[in-house]
Amino acid sequence: MSNIHVTTTVNGDEVEFLCDPRETLLDALRDKLNLTGAKEGCGTGDCGACSVTMDGRLVCSCLVLGAEAEGKQIGTVEGIADGETLHPLQQKFIEYAALQCGICTPGILVATKALLEKNPDPTETEVRYWLAGNLCRCTGYDKIIRAVMDTAADLRRAS
Amino acid sequence: MALDGPKTSGFTAVGTTPNRPDGLDKVTGRAKFGADAQAPGMLHAAIVRSPHAHARIVSIDTSKAEALKGVKTVVTRADFTTGLKGENWNILENVMAGDTALYDGHAVAAVAAISPLIARDAIKLVEVEYQVLPHVTNVDAAMAQDAPIIREGAANKSVPAGLHPNVVRYHESGHGDVDKGFAAADLVIEDHFTTEATHQGYIEPHACLAQLGGDGKGELWCCTQGHWNVQKICAALVGIETSQLRVTASEIGGGFGGKTVVFIEPVALALSRKANRPVKLVMNRSEVFRASGPTSSTSMDVKIGMKNDGTITAASGTFRLQGGAFPGAPMEFTAMCAFAPYALENVRQVGYDVMTNRPKQAAYRAPGSPMAAFAVESVIDELCKELGLDPIQTRLKNASHEGTKASFGPKFDKIGLVETLEAAKAHPHFTAPLGENQGRGVSCGFWFNHSGETSVTLALSEDGSAQIVVGTPDIGGSRASMALMAAEELGIPYENIRCTIADTASLGYNEVSHGSRVTYASGLATIAAARDAVKRLCGRAAAKWGIDEEAVVWEDGCAKPSGPNAGDFDPLPLAEITRTMGATGGPINGHFEATPEGAGVSFATHIVDAEVDPETGKTSIVRYTVVQDAGKAIHPAYVEGQFQGGAAQGIGWALNEEYIYGEDGRLQNDLFLDYRIPVASDLPMIDTVIVEVPNPGHPYGVRGVGETSICPPLAAIANAVSAAAGVRLHDLPMSPPRIRAALDAQKDG
Amino acid sequence: MVEVNLWSGLRALAGGQDKVEIEANTVGEVLAGLVAKYPGLQDAIDAGVSVAVDGRIIAFGLTEEVKPDSEVYLLQRLKGG
Repeated sequence: MSNIHVTTTVNGDEVEFLCDPRETLLDALRDKLNLTGAKEGCGTGDCGACSVTMDGRLVCSCLVLGAEAEGKQIGTVEGIADGETLHPLQQKFIEYAALQCGICTPGILVATKALLEKNPDPTETEVRYWLAGNLCRCTGYDKIIRAVMDTAADLRRAS
Repeated sequence: MALDGPKTSGFTAVGTTPNRPDGLDKVTGRAKFGADAQAPGMLHAAIVRSPHAHARIVSIDTSKAEALKGVKTVVTRADFTTGLKGENWNILENVMAGDTALYDGHAVAAVAAISPLIARDAIKLVEVEYQVLPHVTNVDAAMAQDAPIIREGAANKSVPAGLHPNVVRYHESGHGDVDKGFAAADLVIEDHFTTEATHQGYIEPHACLAQLGGDGKGELWCCTQGHWNVQKICAALVGIETSQLRVTASEIGGGFGGKTVVFIEPVALALSRKANRPVKLVMNRSEVFRASGPTSSTSMDVKIGMKNDGTITAASGTFRLQGGAFPGAPMEFTAMCAFAPYALENVRQVGYDVMTNRPKQAAYRAPGSPMAAFAVESVIDELCKELGLDPIQTRLKNASHEGTKASFGPKFDKIGLVETLEAAKAHPHFTAPLGENQGRGVSCGFWFNHSGETSVTLALSEDGSAQIVVGTPDIGGSRASMALMAAEELGIPYENIRCTIADTASLGYNEVSHGSRVTYASGLATIAAARDAVKRLCGRAAAKWGIDEEAVVWEDGCAKPSGPNAGDFDPLPLAEITRTMGATGGPINGHFEATPEGAGVSFATHIVDAEVDPETGKTSIVRYTVVQDAGKAIHPAYVEGQFQGGAAQGIGWALNEEYIYGEDGRLQNDLFLDYRIPVASDLPMIDTVIVEVPNPGHPYGVRGVGETSICPPLAAIANAVSAAAGVRLHDLPMSPPRIRAALDAQKDG
Repeated sequence: MVEVNLWSGLRALAGGQDKVEIEANTVGEVLAGLVAKYPGLQDAIDAGVSVAVDGRIIAFGLTEEVKPDSEVYLLQRLKGG
């Protein structure tokens, strides 16, 4: 089976890769582009550890084919910080001890950033339901929810 | 190390909550986990697994797989060492089946190819001929006289005569006369309980990258809770010397006990040796569920007698645990933990370790204890209800304290159960009003905690900063805790200390990060190593001042004369001493290598409010409070995190999570969609109260905190659900169909 | 002599006793003494035991001190998750 040539934009950079038609966007990001921030926790779209944005929409990259990235804008955890300056969510997750092992953190950051761009003033319930597709086994979510709510409040004050 | 009693006041660094050293890497995607490792020329592997619960392997034909373009090699059991004994043989048998596949998902062969896709294509071409055998997956069924035998002769000498060969170990302990105790009771309740197997549910599947040459020298990168253990076992299974295999632990994406053992690492090493190339092997989620190490499932009978005033007169329990197709179900811990919270004159506990056609169980957070608490604390709740007694007051009346003869034998040292109960009683949650269809549950829980072999090196740099090298993989923020303890001893800022997890070639042996031992044991070792370095620092100051080493003390990060008689010298800061250390006697390091003993047991009390929808049987947890004795919280935010995480896992175990086997012995729910762990919208905030009753066995009084937090939830939630639904639930998980059935049975009954 | 308490499951291997007197100054000597007196205990001890001395649980250190009046209990080997 011949490979497919894909041209796409990841975190603002135009990149190219060759992929097998069966390979997922997650495989392409991790194995072809060395962007290993997105994680495979399940491969079935249940855990959210592979969350990325595609043209601004939150997706599980394990459920998107690599070939579907053609011409799209992909956003991953590696693109959240602005150079050395962390995104307020990243800063707050560290301060709030909102991560233990950290395997779910990339997906949760991508997902919450997408939430706050859509809804700058979410209720706790809205945050909990938005993150219902991102599994965390370490924290019980308590400190994650607090970090997100507090970041949202900070961002509202700043804007 | 000699202890004059733990330090309990005057902390400067310990007890603060600085940012963790691995935080930046983990929020930017830079942190390297198991599956993120790469090597030049790396191959990718996949494992052929048995679709049968029990089957003789008649033949394996690998020729078609080997003929596939891109496939480099295939291994079967023949590519591993022979002649192993004891637990090493069990592990090899589990890692790669011998002549029999013992459970659905048991590995029978493995392929290495130039891409993951080709490897996955190739495993479908491996032809295995099976002769299917009768199977059994339920613990009670496996003990029945007509049960198929998993392996003849697996039982050890502890098993009384006349039991089925699937019963492989037996435990019995206790004291007093339970019959006399029950006779003295005003009310005796005896009940039967079951719990299903659950999985640790770490989000990171097992992953490794192995390189093994024909010269018997190897490198292994993997996600594990203990890489010295991986080194020891892998070396034995592939037949090389332990020291020739260097193992590096990656960042670990959750373990909770499930990464204390090996599953895929020896397979990757065997493939690498045969292909003469590095080999990467990563489990998918289905493989994690089917073929790593879930918990035991249980069948339990508990009987407790109580006087009208709440005094427990006697307690007995029988705990049957299946641990999969190998010995090792932690029934002795179930038995020993069951009644530990209570001071009992008459107590007896019996445990059975039973083999079934399921994967080899592995540890999960306080292995064996949560199930025991579920059964025991449910019966205590029923007794309190029947006798009209307050659940916390009754537990206080019977609570173990320092000097109590424990249910498992010895007298307790200083413990903090009473303090957790008092704090729970005083918490506003305990007296808050309940809504419609809501119920409140309370439970205590106990875990032993562990110490274990530990090595730590602390090295000072010329600029006055320090590096700590530990060997216990960081599974909950322990690098921050180590740096805090070193900062406390050295008197330099937390930020000037870096803690690293060494590979097996860079430090002496360390036992696995398990048993809640890391902050206790590596922490004690870090303090001891820092004190060792401080002694050397004081020696350099003494030499400079021309006074006795004993006349120098270490305070606020400086060497100082111990008093006016020692001489009049300006304090020498650490960085002043290290700046010239090369010329004043050489590098200054501190070491600790020992097996500290004195982990200090731990207790918790949980309060939970549950709301049960009587129509659907669905339960919502509406409020949750964890009260636990931490001895001393080094980094309180991470202690809270352990409390909350244990509670959340317990909520999943109580309400949703279970291994579901079909009639065919195959696991039916091997995806996160069907094996449902709690998601953010399932849970409330989880309140925490950190109680600190110092452990006499640690210089700051630390007790492990990671495991005890999962002991009370199953029972606390069962008590809350039973109060809300008005009917006692005896079987976990308390899923909506089970609650509906209990409600219907009550209506009909 | 130190009085060593066995868990009751071991009684059958120790001549029906659950308390055994052993001449010992360390945990290691307790275990060696038990096996010398009751060879049937060898397998159970090899399988792994911890020893509680005056309420302190010694997971596996053989060099820990035992005094004649110490309270000594044999426990099954402790570990964790």
